[in-house]
Amino acid sequence: MSDEKTVPESGEDVTEKDNELTQEAHEQEVAPTPPPDGVAVTLNGMQIYADKGELLIEAAQRHGVHIPRFCYHERLRPVGMCRMCLVEVDTGRGAMLSPACLVECTPDMKVETDSEKSRKAQDGVIEFLLVNHPLDCPVCDKGGECPLQDNTIAFGPGETRMVEEKRHREKPIPLSDLVLLDRERCILCDRCTRFAGEVAGDPLISFIKRGVETEINTFPDDPFASYFSGNTVQLCPVGALTSKPYRFAARPWDLDQAESTCMTCAVGCRIEVQSQTRELTRYLGVDSDPVNHGWLCDKGRFSYEAVNNTATRVTAPMVRKHGELVEVGWGEALAAAAKGLSDAIGRHGGGSVGIIGGSRLTNEDAFAWAKLARDVLKTPNVDAQLDDGLPASIVLGLPRATIDEACAAPVVITLAPDIKQELPVLYLRLREAFLNGTSKLIELTPAATSLTPYASASHPYRPGEAGAAAAAIVEQVTDAGAVVILGRPSTAEAANFVTEAALVLAAKLPGVKFLSALRRGNVHGALAYGLYPGADGMDTGAMLRASANGKLAALVLLGADPAGDVPDASLAQRGLAGAGFTIAVDSSQSSATARADVVLPAAAFAEKSGTATNIEGRVTRVAQKVTPPGVSWPDWMIAAELAFAMGGDLGFETIDDVAAAAGTDDESVAGDGAVIAPTWSGAMPPTPEINIPAADAYSLRLVSGRMLYDDGWSVKYSPSLANLAKPVVMRVNPRDLDRLGVATGGQVRVSGAHANFVVNVHADTGVPAGSAWLPVNVAADDARSLIDASGPVTDVRIENVQ
Amino acid sequence: MIRTDIPKIVSRRFDQPDAHTLDGYLRTGGYEGLRKALAMSPDEVVEVVSGATLQGRGGAGFPAGNKWKLLADNFPRWIVVNGDESEPGTHKDRTLMERDPHMVIEGALITAYACKASQVFLYVRGEMAHAQERIAQALNDAYAAGYVGKNILGGPWSMDVTLHWGAGAYIVGDETALLESLEGKRGMPRPKPPFFPAAIGLYHNPTIVNNAETLATIPWIIDNGFEAFAALGSEKSNGTKLIALSGHVKKPGTYEIECGVVTFRDVFYDPLLGGGIRDDNELKAFIPGGGSSPWLFPEHLDMPMEASLVGPAGAMLGSGAIVAMDETTDMVRAAWRLVRFYAKESCGKCTPCREGTSWLETIMARILAGHGRPQDLDLLLDVSDNISPGPFPGPNVTPGEPAYAPFPYKKTTICDLGPSVVSPLMSALRRFRPEFDAYIARNPRKLIEVASV
Amino acid sequence: MARLSANNLATAQAIIARYPKPRSALVPLCHLAQEQDGYLSNDAMAHIAELIGCTPAEVYGTASFYEMFKLHPCGKYLVGVCTNISCMLEGAYELLEHCEKTLGVEVGGTTADGMFTLEEVECSAACTVAPAVQVNYRYQERVTPQSFDELVTELRAGRRDDIPPHGVLAKVRQAPTDRWADSASSGDNP
Ligand SMILES: Cc1cc2nc3c(=O)[nH]c(=O)nc-3n(C[C@H](O)[C@H](O)[C@H](O)COP(=O)(O)O)c2cc1C
Ligand code: SF4
Ligand code: FES
Repeated sequence: MSDEKTVPESGEDVTEKDNELTQEAHEQEVAPTPPPDGVAVTLNGMQIYADKGELLIEAAQRHGVHIPRFCYHERLRPVGMCRMCLVEVDTGRGAMLSPACLVECTPDMKVETDSEKSRKAQDGVIEFLLVNHPLDCPVCDKGGECPLQDNTIAFGPGETRMVEEKRHREKPIPLSDLVLLDRERCILCDRCTRFAGEVAGDPLISFIKRGVETEINTFPDDPFASYFSGNTVQLCPVGALTSKPYRFAARPWDLDQAESTCMTCAVGCRIEVQSQTRELTRYLGVDSDPVNHGWLCDKGRFSYEAVNNTATRVTAPMVRKHGELVEVGWGEALAAAAKGLSDAIGRHGGGSVGIIGGSRLTNEDAFAWAKLARDVLKTPNVDAQLDDGLPASIVLGLPRATIDEACAAPVVITLAPDIKQELPVLYLRLREAFLNGTSKLIELTPAATSLTPYASASHPYRPGEAGAAAAAIVEQVTDAGAVVILGRPSTAEAANFVTEAALVLAAKLPGVKFLSALRRGNVHGALAYGLYPGADGMDTGAMLRASANGKLAALVLLGADPAGDVPDASLAQRGLAGAGFTIAVDSSQSSATARADVVLPAAAFAEKSGTATNIEGRVTRVAQKVTPPGVSWPDWMIAAELAFAMGGDLGFETIDDVAAAAGTDDESVAGDGAVIAPTWSGAMPPTPEINIPAADAYSLRLVSGRMLYDDGWSVKYSPSLANLAKPVVMRVNPRDLDRLGVATGGQVRVSGAHANFVVNVHADTGVPAGSAWLPVNVAADDARSLIDASGPVTDVRIENVQ
Repeated sequence: MIRTDIPKIVSRRFDQPDAHTLDGYLRTGGYEGLRKALAMSPDEVVEVVSGATLQGRGGAGFPAGNKWKLLADNFPRWIVVNGDESEPGTHKDRTLMERDPHMVIEGALITAYACKASQVFLYVRGEMAHAQERIAQALNDAYAAGYVGKNILGGPWSMDVTLHWGAGAYIVGDETALLESLEGKRGMPRPKPPFFPAAIGLYHNPTIVNNAETLATIPWIIDNGFEAFAALGSEKSNGTKLIALSGHVKKPGTYEIECGVVTFRDVFYDPLLGGGIRDDNELKAFIPGGGSSPWLFPEHLDMPMEASLVGPAGAMLGSGAIVAMDETTDMVRAAWRLVRFYAKESCGKCTPCREGTSWLETIMARILAGHGRPQDLDLLLDVSDNISPGPFPGPNVTPGEPAYAPFPYKKTTICDLGPSVVSPLMSALRRFRPEFDAYIARNPRKLIEVASV
Repeated sequence: MARLSANNLATAQAIIARYPKPRSALVPLCHLAQEQDGYLSNDAMAHIAELIGCTPAEVYGTASFYEMFKLHPCGKYLVGVCTNISCMLEGAYELLEHCEKTLGVEVGGTTADGMFTLEEVECSAACTVAPAVQVNYRYQERVTPQSFDELVTELRAGRRDDIPPHGVLAKVRQAPTDRWADSASSGDNP
């Protein structure tokens, strides 16, 4: 420690305390320039400047002084319960032990974080916490990354003076299907409960009883079934909360990790991917300020199980021989694929080939496949969306908003599906904004959503009337700078209606921006890097219709399973059946891989590196952490090799080649990434002309919605998530139920153009009278069996079966 | 002898059998204070009450009118009457609410008027079924007769008073915990700062919490003027107040005494008050202001019950609960019983209180059961120091320090329940250490030291 | 055991209407449910959650904080013997031992006939008339072993209708009135 360094340039008195300063503190201390609104605080003898209203614990941290804490968490409301952060604070009335997590910095405050008194208090708190703590560190998941362990070593008394019997409780009890609680280890910091109530809005766990008997628990037989429950495990400062999938899976020091971006949905939460040998072991949320604030949904957090699930993976290339798929080498498979495609092109031209899918791909993968389609296959029939999205012109062409902009916008208008089900962490961000009043919500929706309770106005509209609903509200929005969250509120209503509404909002609201609510993984990257229909190209719906009519000679399914994802199941069936030749490029088995002529195994998430683009257009890195099982390749490589096999050359030998060509090799995509404005040069669609058929008095107009836990591969193939999907329930307005004489909880037969089936029904005033809500992709018989994509809306009939 | 020529204020209807009825109340000047208050402006009422320097009767002794002046500027505002009386030894608010419920209501109404509040909540301790009935009846009658509700006394002013039942938790007596409880939550205290009720109270709106007795005193002050009130009591403590005298005295009871002048000797020995220690035994120690207070001893008998004297001696007048312990009292057991109370009643929110109180209780129970170890006494002291650091209020034992460590205590906890556990323990341990030693000497075997796993 | 009956539901709604925010009615509604069933059942807590717009876990978390809510059935008469300092100084522990003998149960126990549950309770604000016992929160002052036994005899014989069965707290309730305070929230209530 050099002497010059201890002389503050501001000319303050140098006291002996300065000699006790830590090295980091000194580095921070050199030449503090008072910031304009800075609050001067003396921290351990050195002058620091805090922001106005800044909590002492934060200000100290920024200046290199770590004050120990358990209950405090920067993303939760401070409660000052654990008392670990007690430090001596003097505001002019003598030094007092005060919790640094509650004290706001005020001018001329003097703080000692390491005095004898605060040390004694911190020692005392640690000792108290250990009084009833089982100290079963050797068998505890948290051992090695445990704040209680760390603080005990750094601040604790070193030995316990407790000779009486500790409080005993039944070892782990399940709080939900995913989270277990060991009450003996719990230090009652209120982090999990605050998260559940404040952040997730699911106060299903609570402190129970009082005093030393206090424990965390659920209501009897009412589990902590929150989409966000896994966050509590990550927040827990001890090993009290453990997740079923990770329990006893590893010791933290054996884990290897890499920062990445979750691609389960399109929010693009930042994660830490951890692995042990060849298996993924855990994902942890990383606090990305513009995106996820550290939170993840459980589907994202635990979907690594599906990657690990080799039994359901596609691990080798396969070619159909005499009706059977047989494993072959890459050479043979690529040759078969090339031959099938070349034959089709040779006979009918590039326009007879279609490529469906691509939102599971990285940006680089998408870039390579788009190039293959354009330069080698020469087909404009490319679409990353599955007839359940919006035209690329709308997604890429309208002015775009970031999540932060939406959370700070005077008005947010949603014309989107239930965001909690489809983009869970975006729901958390928006909910927080609406609760804090930083933004207010106007909903345009065909059925109540999870955000409806936070809306200042919710305008229910009947399928087909989105445009009219939008036109009706533009007058009410007087603030400039509204943000519209735009997706497909229901796939039982043609995309045209949403396009119409979006164009109205874009034209009528000054300074409006749009935040996409398309859900699928990297759909925004796939679109941005070219996987959308070219001039005169067909979109997915058109391709399937063409194929069903025998007009598509070859179909490439890029990580897509139309049978599950295309809104109109009958169309998907017919389209797949009609294709002359099908190639499925996928990492997991699906109905598409089962019926393809050639199956090419693709590396899954965490098995390849690259970048991804989220709803905002933010490009961030995706990291490879494990090697793919079998002989799977990343998709860009499959594209490059397929090009070779067809006599072309994309010019890519390494991922770096692709990234350089795609422009994603920039350093700006590190960390929180960079929002890259899309380059949409095409025309905007004209306002569509649509005629809605009149509804007859006996029909209900169908509304469809997705559930977070559905029949998609990341849920179905993750054992811990697979049984979380809920059975199909139809939601109908109680007035319609009364009319039909059906009781809530009863059963009805619902019939549409292609199918009819019996389903449980629930009364729900959130569904406007005259409509019926059903989920998609949760069971063999759901909304998809009824949706008729050939018409603009779908009407169904229901009848009492009791 | 204590003075007998002073008026009774809060207990003036205690002997009137029908005082709890509206008729009985009106017959003896009831709702006159309210009538007079409504003829003044709200600010004038605040001035009268602050002029009286009416120290809060709930424990902390902060003057009522001055507290009202601290209200933040925003609306709505709420008035909450603290009728949760549960401090060990305290038995006066219940008597008041049972015998003179209208006076509490009237005081609350005047307060609501002065503070421009929107509603009054009368929080009555859950276990006090009879007080709840009396207040409910009083409210129903007062609503019907136009003393509460819309257009009170036929004038433009209206006010709702809502009776709220607690459900059994001592900590809810703390004003911030009371507000949590009134919001339908677990009664856990809020940290102050930032949650000073006058700024951020019920539903995070400005709120005045006053003790039932404090508010019951107000009608008299309005009716008779603050000068009349200030003429009573000592220079620093005005008026009269209730005390609950219990334990080893001949005549336990709830008495109204003049503030700041009556001495502890008067309380225990005056024929109009305690009338002497039972069986004419020697007084060994006494609790001057509820279970949370450090104890005082015979040498303090001639001290007047004046906060500015009792505080420097390391104790407090608190809730006016005075408990006498005679020479036969087992001080280890007496201290343990109070320690056990705080351990049971800790809300569990903050670590030092949740774990510390129950740890102290187990150590003391072990000593009482004959399994004490010599080092346990230092352990008790050090665990106490981790709840309430520094010299604990009371006679000092550290050589070289002043003879008394003054009240209040310091704390590592959120609220005062934590350090309250230390009061009886420290009081007994400092003064009667030989009694502890005697228990430890009974330990039949040397404990083998085993670290707990 | 059950959700609130139609009658109690009406009372519940009147109670809720008295507060600016429904959640404030949580504790009073738990008392109401306890009055109905003699204890606070899970079904009742779930019902209360619906009525005040929170989760059953929040009702449970709050209710279990408070001593008076019994989450399992208890005796018809809840006998609470105060042993805190003032009562202890007047012989409360000796009295408690006597009560255990008379009732034939230990502290916390319920008599076989379901008539009595014996509890040791904290200071019940009867310090000047110690030792004090509460039966279903009705005060018995300066209790002696004899007076306790007499009380038990009377209760068993059904001769004390001043003491209602456990759950019934105050027999007089505040009557429903129109709450107008919301309109006064500006502070310039004239
Ligand atoms: C642990 C604890 C228990 C308390 N119990 C009571 C009580 O039972 N009754 C009461 O009026 N005040 C009680 N208080 C004091 C209240 O917090 C508050 O100061 C008082 O109600 C204010 O009223 P006053 O100013 O009229 O005295 C308690 C405080 C603490 C910290
Ligand atoms: S000191 Fe005790 S009672 Fe007070 S907040 Fe802390 S735990 Fe609760
Ligand atoms: S971190 Fe401040 S009290 Fe827990």
